[in-house]
Parts: sequence; C-alpha cells; structure tokens
Amino acid sequence: MSATVLAADADPIEFHVVEEVHHPEGGSTNLGFWIYLMSDCLIFAVLFATYGVLGASLAGGPGPRDLFELPLVALNTTMLLLSSITYGFAMLAMHRMDQKETLKWLAITGGFGAAFIAIELYEFAHLIHEGAGPQRSGFLSAFFALVGTHGLHVTFGIIWIIVLSVQIRQRGLIPANQRRLTCLSLFWHFLDVVWIGVFTFVYLMGVLR
Amino acid sequence: MSAGHVENAHSDVHDGHAHGHDHGSGHGPDSHDAPHGTFESYVTGFVLSVILTAVPFILVMARPIESAAYTAAIVLTCALAQILVHMIFFLHMTPKAEGGWILLSTSFTIVLVVITLAGSLWIVFHLNRNMMPVMEDMPAMEAPATQ
Repeated sequence: MSATVLAADADPIEFHVVEEVHHPEGGSTNLGFWIYLMSDCLIFAVLFATYGVLGASLAGGPGPRDLFELPLVALNTTMLLLSSITYGFAMLAMHRMDQKETLKWLAITGGFGAAFIAIELYEFAHLIHEGAGPQRSGFLSAFFALVGTHGLHVTFGIIWIIVLSVQIRQRGLIPANQRRLTCLSLFWHFLDVVWIGVFTFVYLMGVLR
Repeated sequence: MSAGHVENAHSDVHDGHAHGHDHGSGHGPDSHDAPHGTFESYVTGFVLSVILTAVPFILVMARPIESAAYTAAIVLTCALAQILVHMIFFLHMTPKAEGGWILLSTSFTIVLVVITLAGSLWIVFHLNRNMMPVMEDMPAMEAPATQ
C-alpha cells in the first residue's frame, strides 16, 4: 500500500498542463467582458421579472397610464439610439486609426448619453414631485428599480467614455486602448438593447394596458 | 520573411487597417477574429432600429389599431426584431465569434432569462389568483369555500 504511494511520489503523474499555451495579451478580454455583460443581463432579467410581478400592484396610487408621457420617452429613446450609431462611428474611426475622429465621435456619444440621463432625471423628479415616488406603490418601486438601474449603467458608461477619452489623448490608440474601446462598445450597445425592453414592456405596454 | 512581414504591418498601421499581421504578432484587438462593422452595416442597423422603434410608438400613441391585443402583439414583435437587429449590426454577433463561446454563453443566458421571466410571471399569476383575492373577487372566492 505505502509502497505504491511511494512509487507514485517518485514518478508524479501530471494532472495539469505543465506547458502553458501562449496567449497573446488581452486575447480573452472580449469573451470575458461578454460573459460579464451576460451576468448583467441576468440582473436586468430579475428586475424585469420583479416589474412584471409588481407592475399591477398600484395600492390605490397612480398607474402607468396616468404617469407616463410617451413623447418624452420617444425623445429619450431617440437620444440612446443616436448615441448607439455615433459610438459605431467612433469604432469605425478607431479601425482607421484616426484618433481625432475617434475622440470626436466619443464626445458626441457622451453628449447624447448625458442628454438621455438629463431627460430621465427630469422624468424622475417630475414623478416624485407628483407624489409618485418609489415608496408610493409596488408598481413604482419596481419601476424606479428597473429604470434607475439602467440609468445608473448609462451614467457609468459616460464616466467610462470620459476616462477612456483622457487615456486615448495621453497614450493614443494603442492596442490596450483599442481593446477598451471594443469593450465599451459592447457595453454601450448592450445598454441600448436593455432599453428596448424597458420602453416596450414598461412604457408602451403600461400605457396600452 | 515573417519578421519583415510583421514590420511592414507595423509601418502601415497609420494609413490603414493593418490586415497584414494576422498570425502570431497579436497586436491590436482587431487583429484577432473579433468581427467589426462597416459604415453601411451601422447605417443599415440604425435605419432598421428607427423603423422598429417608430412603429410601436406610433401604434401606441395614435392607436390606429383598435384592438389592444393586436397592438401589443405587433409592439412585442418589433421589440424582438429590434433586439436581433442590434445584436447583428451593432454587437456584430456571429455564430463563429470567439470560437462559438459567445453563442454558447448567450444561448445559456437566454435560457436563464426565459426561465426567470416566464417562471416568475407564471407562478405569481397563480399565487395572485389562488391566495390573495382582491376586494371585488372576495364574494366569488367565498362561494366554493362554504360548500
């Protein structure tokens, strides 16, 4: 018994790859970031499910039809959609290695994002002023949680755009910055996809109901 | 040959896209197989998105279709179509991206999302029906209970 253990010690069996395969730096960043986005997608799924469950619990308070102003939501959606294509133009400029154009389109994207956040904050302030704050009913708690989480993501996206613009200005379009731009592109377009769900399920379906 | 090839790729990084260094050098995220769009693909995606956004908003704001059920069905179809448009034209998802891992992780996430959404709504719908009668349902609920 112990002899076999000793024999095994003398001639160790390799259970893992000793020679690491060489991976180029940052080669797995895209996939890793995508998996992060998918986990983020699950957060939004849970918030959507919560809204679906609580959306009809008005507690005698105002409902979606009384509160939502669709022209404002349409304007907000336009801002986010425009920011999506301007980010696409930033990516195209990056592939041409045109630093000035990249920074210009990034700034425009950030501007549209900021307009989106400003309109959303105006809407929130308006709702709270009308007495329809998150504490009013289950519907409004779920609404502020879902739309607020999306708005928070967009806010962090804007911060990311600003920080990355400073880095590009300092270091240029080096491979690391190109990788970061690609990740931010995924993040930004992903937020637009989530917004499709928000304006469809929360606003349009809410008013239709 | 190979070294010269790589240096060439470095020197024409500035005037173009440096397609040259596709093996081994590993410079730039666009050197590996991550697909990226063209001007035409972004504009196509944008135009499709605008249409697929405008249609549901007009349907709900102007209500040209009386039936709420038909309107809701069209609105949901537009949303699903627009999500696909964004995935293809903006996120550049292809079945082969990252050796199929993107497709696999996305499919897995979609399964989880569907279970989460459909499961929550289904279960709570039944809970609401069976356990938490609202005021106007009370008499109807009492009738079978007194039997």
